[in-house]
Amino acid sequence: MQDVYDIIAIGGGPAGLSAGLYGARSRAKTLILEKGKWGGQAATTEELENYPGSIEQPTGPEITARMKRQAEEFGAETRAETVTKLELDGKIKRVITDSAEYRAKTVIIATGAKPRLLGCPGELELRGKGVSYCATCDADFFTDLRVVVVGGGDSAIQEAIYLTKFAEKVTVIHRRDELRAAKSIQERAFANPKIDFIWDSVVTEIKGDGIVESVVVKNVKTNEIKEVQTDGVFMFVGYDPVSELVKGMVDMDEKGYIITDENMSTSIEGVFAAGDVRVKSLRQVVTAAADGAIAAVRAEHYISENF
Amino acid sequence: MLEINAENFEAEVLQSDKPVLLDFWGTKCEPCKALMPAVEKLAEKYGDKIKFCKLNTAENRRLAISQKVLGLPTIAMYKDGEKVEELTQDKATPDNIEEMLKRYV
Repeated sequence: MQDVYDIIAIGGGPAGLSAGLYGARSRAKTLILEKGKWGGQAATTEELENYPGSIEQPTGPEITARMKRQAEEFGAETRAETVTKLELDGKIKRVITDSAEYRAKTVIIATGAKPRLLGCPGELELRGKGVSYCATCDADFFTDLRVVVVGGGDSAIQEAIYLTKFAEKVTVIHRRDELRAAKSIQERAFANPKIDFIWDSVVTEIKGDGIVESVVVKNVKTNEIKEVQTDGVFMFVGYDPVSELVKGMVDMDEKGYIITDENMSTSIEGVFAAGDVRVKSLRQVVTAAADGAIAAVRAEHYISENF
Repeated sequence: MLEINAENFEAEVLQSDKPVLLDFWGTKCEPCKALMPAVEKLAEKYGDKIKFCKLNTAENRRLAISQKVLGLPTIAMYKDGEKVEELTQDKATPDNIEEMLKRYV
């Protein structure tokens, strides 16, 4: 069984990379597969100020690039391939990608989550035309222009602050009358003269002929409707798990997050889940990395007991 | 892939005899950088029939906005001086790009 991997981690974000590091460090034959950008969502966050140890070079791309290099230095293989099919029932699991087929004793699902769509008219039509889900990707376009940010959590407010480096004015539209973001982030946002807020309000439509021109905003308390002129709309209204690949295979909650125990074990033996794709109370880089470590260590235990 | 800027956009893209694939990217756009090797691979495969170009939007912001590109990554096809099709953000995957290319070879 020379060509059988001990661990295949699916997903090259902090959870998968951390699993790769722990697996490879204990000399397990480890492969990490990533379909798109290495580093996952963390790679599109400029400021990663709450990851322990990240105070001097706190950018998401830099930290996640280091995570990848670190896993590789210990011998983890990394490949940019898209997993199209999984066969997880047997003792040896099969992982089929767009260009190869692999066998593994254990699989760690670390596919993460993706930004949720708001679902209002105009959103899909104007994607890439002013509607964005990635501030680091698109902030440049809005230099000296006006943008709105939809949402009130950590991501929304942190990215609103980031956008003030470019935009002339940033308006945060939030459906409640207070933010959910961490207090230290809130304080910075309230002190920033470029940021203003529209409270108790939701965006019901995005308008524009070819590019974004305005958003229709509804106050959920008074039902008052108004139109706000803007050049860009940045959406941070939550996340959805990326778990279609294992739908119907492992147990999930009603939203599609994978259910695990504290050892990251799923409902299938030898299959683990780590990071944002899992049911958990805090989805952060630090908890994703921790999940990956636990999953890899438990995978090794499973291998030593079963092979 | 040919670097496009405000000076050569007209000649190389709009007046091209062949259909043009233009990869709008940016220095801070990680998904763009992740996608680029796949586009370069497609350039090897389809380069004789389609002209492959890229445009750094960080240096050519006005040009990008004039093409109604305000989100990255965006992979656009130009034919006979006009933008005829484009794939943006989530839709800009190697598979989707190849499918689009096949319509112009």
